[in-house]
Amino acid sequence: MINTFTRRGAMALMASAALVLGAPASAESWKPNKPVEMVIMAGAGGGADLLARLFQSIIQKNDFSPMPVLPVNKGGGSGAEALRYLKDKEGDAHIIMATLNSYYTTPLRTNIGVDIEEFTPLARMANDNFILWVSAESDIQNLDDFVAAVKEAGDSFKMGGTGTGQEDSLVTAMLENEFGIKFTYVPFEGGGTVAKNLVGNHIDSTVNNPAEQMGFYKAGKSRPIATFSEERLEAFPDVPTMRELGHDVVYTMQRSFVGPKDMPAEAAAFYTEMFEKLSQTEEWQTYAADEALDATFLSGDALQEFLLNGREVHREILAGMGELGS
Amino acid sequence: MEILSLLADGFATSLTPINIMVVVIGVTAGLFIGAMPGLGSVNGVAIVLPLTFIVPPSSAIILLAAIYYGAMYGGAISSILLGIPGASTAVATTFDGRPMAQQGKAGLALIAAAVASFVGGTISVILFTLFAVPLADLALAFGPAEEFALVLMAFTTFVGLGGDDVMKTIVMICLGLVLSTVGLDLISGQPRLIFGDLPGFYSGISFLVLAIGVYGVGEVLYTIETSRTAPSVTAAKLTMRALGEGIREMNKLWKTMSFGSFLGFFVGMLPAAGATPAALMSYGLAKTFSKKPETFGRGNIEGVAAPETANNAASTGSLLPMLTLGIPGSPTTALLLGGMVMWGLVPGPMLFIEEPDFVWGLISSLYTANVAAVVINIALIPLFVWALRMPFSVLCTVVLVLCIVGGYAPSQKLHDVWLIAGFGIAGYVLRKADYPLAPLVLAIVLGPLMEKSFRQALISSQGDMMTFVERPLSATFVGLSVLFFVLPVIKLVRQRKSKSPAPAE
Repeated sequence: MINTFTRRGAMALMASAALVLGAPASAESWKPNKPVEMVIMAGAGGGADLLARLFQSIIQKNDFSPMPVLPVNKGGGSGAEALRYLKDKEGDAHIIMATLNSYYTTPLRTNIGVDIEEFTPLARMANDNFILWVSAESDIQNLDDFVAAVKEAGDSFKMGGTGTGQEDSLVTAMLENEFGIKFTYVPFEGGGTVAKNLVGNHIDSTVNNPAEQMGFYKAGKSRPIATFSEERLEAFPDVPTMRELGHDVVYTMQRSFVGPKDMPAEAAAFYTEMFEKLSQTEEWQTYAADEALDATFLSGDALQEFLLNGREVHREILAGMGELGS
Repeated sequence: MEILSLLADGFATSLTPINIMVVVIGVTAGLFIGAMPGLGSVNGVAIVLPLTFIVPPSSAIILLAAIYYGAMYGGAISSILLGIPGASTAVATTFDGRPMAQQGKAGLALIAAAVASFVGGTISVILFTLFAVPLADLALAFGPAEEFALVLMAFTTFVGLGGDDVMKTIVMICLGLVLSTVGLDLISGQPRLIFGDLPGFYSGISFLVLAIGVYGVGEVLYTIETSRTAPSVTAAKLTMRALGEGIREMNKLWKTMSFGSFLGFFVGMLPAAGATPAALMSYGLAKTFSKKPETFGRGNIEGVAAPETANNAASTGSLLPMLTLGIPGSPTTALLLGGMVMWGLVPGPMLFIEEPDFVWGLISSLYTANVAAVVINIALIPLFVWALRMPFSVLCTVVLVLCIVGGYAPSQKLHDVWLIAGFGIAGYVLRKADYPLAPLVLAIVLGPLMEKSFRQALISSQGDMMTFVERPLSATFVGLSVLFFVLPVIKLVRQRKSKSPAPAE
């Protein structure tokens, strides 16, 4: 609905609404008065980092914020460093954090004294998907072939992914549980490296995000077997979902922004609006479509519900793996 | 000849006035960014990323590449002048560059670094132009076992580095390896050696923190003690004659430099390795094959030329996996990748086919960036040398400030500043006790790479060690490693025999 309004029109409408209600200074009047720190829960150069920097550049390019947004990487301890940092910034209006699924898993696995429910949800930009990949040279054509090959290999079938305890290893554990199979899990430092090792035949399969494997897929060097998404992905219309194949293994990676506990409401509204505008830019829409991201925008209570639900899902997965912290 | 016409089209893009201007600005900015310890090319590129919107996309990526290139040249400057490597790629440059500066030959060392960088950069860009696409397949052939064998080779080229005392060298390598294991372990996901539960250690001990500590702070402490009465910094002068002499000296080193260029390009091309091992290997091999290895580490100009050709060649090489495979070889190339994605250019196997204008524009701009960088660098040398003429009391304060800022800037954690202070004191004590520091730094740079690839390879092979010798590429590297390890030992034994019985050390 908001797309049909011009920005100025929407502002005028809001302003008049504020006048009518006699409300004090509304969200529209608050603007950051110093640079905004954008904490990234991951190290430089990874998928989360690339995305956060893409957001930063779109914000800068379109002047969505009167003050610069400065990305700061705090990837230590699978994001524990960032979570603790944000916890100490209670009430601060000039800090936002780019999250990924370690937003759920890290506080669950290790006792770092952070309750994510206290943070202020701002905006969900995207939900990233996972796909089961094999090399195009492999004989494996579908999920049945895949399961048979893993079983035949005993437990020496190599699954490559990111670090142990991170998303790829969770998806792998879910596969092992569902099919009663066992992989040799080889952890690498990032999705790009995993993709390269698959194409070079150093590993047998991966559960990479579409973006991480896309280049090789387009070059005809990787074969998607099934997706872990709720529904078929537009960019991969011929690839079935796990659920379609009768296996309830669904997993996605959220890309959201949150603020610290008790962030002033006007500030939260400013950032939410900023990201909403961002989500409608052509740059972002094109990127999301190219990389097969689900770019449905969420904010406010809907986002909080989504995040807390995600935490419960991960609590179960981790409990199944015996990885739940005290 | 298709390549030549594509390249000509590329030059049509890169030689437009705006792009030439962009290259000059980028290279100059990069030079200063690289020269500041801790600022480095990662931060440089990150800071400039948003600015690139005021120019067209192809100019924007050329700007980023020019900064990247300029920073590679600039890294040598602080290594030579202050003895602090600005980036891990410039570690090996300190080994001989710093002694040269202390002997009053800072100008010559800087010229050597600039010329060597130019040679390395140019040869590697030519290799890149000719072989970028076919070589991408070679990068794919590198799995964990090959990576491990390569890093092993880098280690063995360094056997003789620590000087004469083998025991002390081994102790320092072990210490470096232990320090490199601190932090969250990739394979198990568990934190290691975090000293109780200090959150600052979760992200590990970065190379930069250790290098700034032991080289920067440690050096200042040591110099303060040894030069209580007179400043030890020799006033350095630079004249046109010195420039001519420098270029003549470099002429003799064409063999080292061309070898360094090829080595750098191929090692840099491998996604996991990059410019740091390339520079270290080039230095180690130059020393091993030198007729006078004992002059290395004491201000040999060859010891500056070898790593500098290799690290610049490697920085070009590491663009290869980024463009052809979409895998950034270093944090800086990761940011370049981010920049490209912003303009809808998806790096990967299809890029050369789908976006030839962009690719060849970028490649041709590497030629112009190289020329711009060497000219600007040499023009600015008098300025850098002049900085050394500051009174020591001022210079050492400036160095300490740079150390703290440089250590804080990348991670923005005060934790790292305390570590730098600690390493500085430790570095001072170790120097007093005559322990070599280079193997320590080498171990923390290569250690994580080596451990990770070793474990990945063993996980893949179900624990079978034979995987390292069964695979042809990896077996070759392991064989060469054995050779490099044995060679200096044989040399040493021969020297001992020819000399009269060596006095007890």
